[in-house]
Parts: sequence; C-alpha cells; structure tokens
Amino acid sequence: MTGPRVAGVGVTAFGRAPERTGRDLFGDAAQEAIRDAGVEHDDVEGVYYGNFMGELAEQQGHQGPMMAEAAGVQAPATRYETACASSGAAVRQAVRDVRNGEADVLLVGGAERMTNLGTAGATEALAIAADDLWEVRHGMTFPGAYALMAQAYFETFGGSREDLAHIAVKNHANAIENEHAQYQREITIDDVLDAPMVSSPLGLYDSCPISDGASAAVLVSEAYAREHDLDAPVAITGTGQGGDRIALHDREHLATSPAADAAAAEAYEDAGIDGDRIDLAEVHDCFTIAEVLAIESLGLYEPGEGIGAARRGETTAEGAVPVNLSGGLKAKGHPVGATGVGQIADVVKLLRGDHVNSDAVPDATVGVTHNAGGTVASAIVHVLEVAR
Amino acid sequence: MSDGTESVRDRGYDDVIDAIAEGEGYYLECPEGHGSLPPRRLCPECGDDTLRKTPLPDVGSIDTYTRTEVPAPAFADDAPYVLAIADFGSVRLTGQVQGVDPESISVGYRVTVEVAESKTTGERLLAFRKR
Repeated sequence: MTGPRVAGVGVTAFGRAPERTGRDLFGDAAQEAIRDAGVEHDDVEGVYYGNFMGELAEQQGHQGPMMAEAAGVQAPATRYETACASSGAAVRQAVRDVRNGEADVLLVGGAERMTNLGTAGATEALAIAADDLWEVRHGMTFPGAYALMAQAYFETFGGSREDLAHIAVKNHANAIENEHAQYQREITIDDVLDAPMVSSPLGLYDSCPISDGASAAVLVSEAYAREHDLDAPVAITGTGQGGDRIALHDREHLATSPAADAAAAEAYEDAGIDGDRIDLAEVHDCFTIAEVLAIESLGLYEPGEGIGAARRGETTAEGAVPVNLSGGLKAKGHPVGATGVGQIADVVKLLRGDHVNSDAVPDATVGVTHNAGGTVASAIVHVLEVAR
Repeated sequence: MSDGTESVRDRGYDDVIDAIAEGEGYYLECPEGHGSLPPRRLCPECGDDTLRKTPLPDVGSIDTYTRTEVPAPAFADDAPYVLAIADFGSVRLTGQVQGVDPESISVGYRVTVEVAESKTTGERLLAFRKR
C-alpha cells in the first residue's frame, strides 16, 4: 500500500452564503486544513484547486494564484476544471505528484459560489457542463439529463420513484448531526414523492441544492509525515479516472455510467483491493438516481441491483456499507468545485474516527469517494485506507 | 448566448440544422460505419478522418424522455416541455417532443425530427413529432 497521507482537512459549511466570495470561503477551508495537518505554510509546494463556474459566478478566471494567496501560501497554483469533478481531478493530480516524488506537501481543494446566481442563473451555469450544440440548445438542463438517465434505468432494470425517495430520506437522515450540511433535517418518503416535479421522474427532493462552500486537504508524502512526526493515519492508496462522450445521447448505454466503472476499476487495481473490502463510500448523488449509478459502478451492486439498496437498508448508517454518511450532495450540499475534496474530507474523518457519524462505522479501514462531472462524462474515484 | 457570438455561424452544426429543416438531415459516417453528429474533423470512435455525409433515417424511436418543469432561462416560456433522446440508427438526437399529449409518450415511440424555435428566444431547436 502506497500513497500520500492526508495530513489535514478543512471544509466550510455548505449552504447559502451569497455574500461570501470564493476566496473568502477557500481561505477558511485552507486555513483549517493546514492547521489540522500541522504543517508550516512555507512547506506547501503547490496548490491544486478545483472550480467550475468562477467566470460566470464571480467574473473571475485564473483562480489558482488567487486561492494560494487566500490560503497564505507562496507556491505555484493551478486550477482544475472537470465540471462537478473539478476538485476530484485536483486530488488525483496531487496524489500522482506526491507519489512521483515531485512534491512532499501539497494543498488541494476547491470552492464554488453559486447561490448569488439565483436558481435560474445556476441552472444555466450548470448546463454548460453539457454539450452546448446538441444538448443545451434543445432544452437540456442538468436535472433533465439525470431524469433521462432515471427513466432509462427504470425502463432497463425496473425501479420506481419510491425507491429513489429512500435514497433522499437516507441522506437527509445522515446529515442531521452534520453541522457542515446544508439541510440538517429529516424528510419522509411522502415529502419526496409529493414535492414539485423538476424533470420527471425527478422532483425537488430528488435533487441536490444549489450551494456555496469550499473544501481543502493537505497531502504529504509518507517520508514527510514520518520526519515531521505528523498524526496522519489515512492514506490515499488508489486513484482512477474514467472518461466518456460529453453528450448523453452519444453513450452506448443510458442507464449505466461506464466512465465511473473505469475509474473504480483503475482505483481498485491501484490500491490492490476489490469492492468487497470497502467499508463506506461517499458518492456523487447530485440526484437520487446518481447514487444508484455510483454504487453500481463502484461494484457494490450489479447493474440493476443498486436501486433497492437504500430501501433495503443496506446503504443506510446501520447497513453493511453505509453510503453518504455525510448526507451526500443531496443534504450536505453541492458547491460543485468543492465537492470532490469535500468527499475526501468526510472519508478521512470517518476513518480517523472524528466525524460526527464515525460511530456508524467504528471498525472502518477502507473508504472510497466517487466524484462525477457532467452526466458522468468524467469520473474520479479514490480509495482511502487507514495505514497499517 | 452573448451578443458577440450571435453573428458567428457554427459551421457544421448550423449546416446540419439547415438540412434537417429542409427535410434532408444527415449525420457523418466513417469507413468503419461509426456515426456521429457534426461538426467533426475525426471520427470520435476510431479517429478516421474520412467522414461522409449519410442521410439521417426518416424515423427514429424514443429511448428515454422527461417532462421538464424547471427550465434554464433560455426556455423559460417553453416549460413545461418533454425532452427526449431518440435513436436514428447510427446516431441519437436530443430534442423536444412536440404536438402530442405528453401522457401518450413512451419508450419506443416512433418520431420524425424537424426544426422548431424556442418560444423564449426564437433560437432553433430540434423537435420530434409523432410519425
């Protein structure tokens, strides 16, 4: 098992903060991560930062150096953009660079400011992750795209809106104690089924909210952790990325996510594990159907079997493999550029035992993150393990 | 779309939309038989640069669909509308199903494709109609 240690993590609360700028949010998350890691600012050799819609939300490009400044770090900085998987891509690059010996200490993270755009503006901004010519111009929205996948899933494998509702209910239940979550409240199956429709069969409560927020993590080499006597028990032992055609209609299958299948296979091989070893997962549930596709891609379920997992209680906090103990994107919130590293932060805390929901997985040693961009034209999976 | 881009013609894309409007839709096909939608320089499947215009079949069938209630601003006056992906053999298209009762649509529903306009912006879009 090799891989950089996650020495520290930091997240802002995800939610509505339209008055806060991206640099303000990221500054907070980065400060917390660096403090949690116990590293010197001067030791940080690079900033790898994920962001998707900064030009639209803040008229701000070239955010890498700005975010290094916000973090109080003098180091080269690069922004990574792969839609909602932006900071997952930043982590992947950081993992590889630490492994390659290019760096010993890297700050990775992401931020997104969305609520200042309003619902219509954010819907329009999110849609630019789809194919402008052949999807957006004809009326594709992001909820619409996932709705097309949900309908295709129902048609191919079966399943119902009620099955999906169990996923929303589960993820809300997990977020109740999470002070960083956007929605810390319980919902019922009827709440989900009775909510206004966004894009059939997906209603308001099948959808993640529009969120502001930031996340950060400090990755260090094993040598650096040892030399500086850092308390960093969690390592990123596997990384994988998959790609697919950008337009949903150009995919061979509309009810599976092959890019995530490939990302998971690569990450598992890299870590030297298989799906049976996984104790918990944080997956990209931007819509309830997305969690189904994710747990099938991660090999936790065969295609067509994931739809009933939450209803059967298998992915709940009490289940065999809890999924989205943080509340997921659904209840924790989805500031898109911050999501990938936000998932890393949750898994690190769950494995360290200092997450609010760690009691649900007291013996966990292996966690995975699944971060998807667009309609899963990009997918990034990471395996995190407690170092032996 | 910003003012700066409205006058720019999307060569390849606008050409095929014009052709569909005239009932002469096409897609691109490489020697291996992979179909794709313009604009393309290369086949996205195999990288071959010999792409030839091939007539789009007259009839497609719906693979999946959704009734969108919450649109992007460019479709504010169009919602609710039914968006679908329809299979035309070597390519699939995304478009709006128009002129039929949304309740009557199901997977396998046979459609033709034509060019319609957004009620909100007047921009051209693909519309599917019952065969």
